[in-house]
Amino acid sequence: MRKLRQRRLAVVLFVVVGATATLSLALLALQENVDLFYEPARVTNGEAPVGVDIRAGGMVVEGSVAHDREGLGVAFSITDHGGHEFDVRYVGLLPDLFKEGKGIMVRGQLTEDGLFDAHEVLAKHDENYVPHELQDMAEAADLAGSAKAAGIEPS
Amino acid sequence: MGWIKTTFHKTGSPRWFFTGARSWVVGLYVFGALLIVVGSTWGLGFVPPERLQGNSVRILFIHAPAAHLAEAIYVAIAIAGFVFLVWRMKMADMLIQAAAPIGFVVTVLALATGIIWGIPTWGTGWVWDARTVSTLLLAFLFFGLVALRQAIGREDRASRAVALLALVGVINIPIIKYSVEWFTTLHQPPSIVIGEKPAIAPVFLVPLAVNVLGFYCFVAGVVIAALRARIVEREAGTQWLRDWISKS
Repeated sequence: MRKLRQRRLAVVLFVVVGATATLSLALLALQENVDLFYEPARVTNGEAPVGVDIRAGGMVVEGSVAHDREGLGVAFSITDHGGHEFDVRYVGLLPDLFKEGKGIMVRGQLTEDGLFDAHEVLAKHDENYVPHELQDMAEAADLAGSAKAAGIEPS
Repeated sequence: MGWIKTTFHKTGSPRWFFTGARSWVVGLYVFGALLIVVGSTWGLGFVPPERLQGNSVRILFIHAPAAHLAEAIYVAIAIAGFVFLVWRMKMADMLIQAAAPIGFVVTVLALATGIIWGIPTWGTGWVWDARTVSTLLLAFLFFGLVALRQAIGREDRASRAVALLALVGVINIPIIKYSVEWFTTLHQPPSIVIGEKPAIAPVFLVPLAVNVLGFYCFVAGVVIAALRARIVEREAGTQWLRDWISKS
């Protein structure tokens, strides 16, 4: 009985280890294909194909957003804060969370001269949750600390 | 170490579990429901709007607990699959059978709230990124566990096949968890990482914690109730069950 159990254990472990190894190797090989979008570095160094529908993403460069005087056209730049930037041109409604300095994803085509002609813009909301009244996490942390000290529960 | 072995063997006894877990169900239902009511009312009605997301942040209090719980249910099922494959413990098989449909419902809730949340924040309800796809796969896995059992006629064979699928499918769990770090996704990285300061302000964190605990307790109650129903089904006709019914 004990031997049977041990044999089963060995088979089960073998299946799990084998399946994990197979999948890990597959994911490793597919890494770039599993990525949802091209990061700025891969757009600027020419890894992203030109003239094909692709997705790219990064942070909107502060102060780069320029709305057309008429219509819904807008131009802005996307950066990875690591020295790689590219310009985007888009006509249409922007999501509410589209803000300068925040993460976004664009879908469209890269032109020969490096401009990204987008037909869809999605906002990538970040992992920080800060109440409306507070501008940053440091302030929120301060308030939480002082509220606790004053015996006030945050509501 | 002795008590671990004793608990293991006792939990493995349908009779011991059936009679012992009865009082747990009601307790978990009441406690869980209370926490969910408090946490949801708090989160949906009384939390201030988020700086960037505004009122859309409120769906966090349903989405995050559901998503987290769905993964936890799968891990429990996978462990049960392992126990069944090695020790052939009937209770482990019944646990998979009881928990799989519940896991499916919870995963669908996580996906649905994710879609509702995505529309105002991302600008779209669905993207095919690594996080959303692996979570969709989790829903299919739960569904597959139910379907596979029904597709195989012989009960012992069905149990073994389901346990194996349950165990192998656990590979999807680290993929769901780390998808947002390994790949570029539209879904944001986790806000709460063990060993780091949470990126969620306390005003949001407290009702979220209440709801997470509430979801876990309530669904644990549902799973135990479903497991007891499975026990009645499989042990029908046994002397101890007849005795128990005539006594109560």
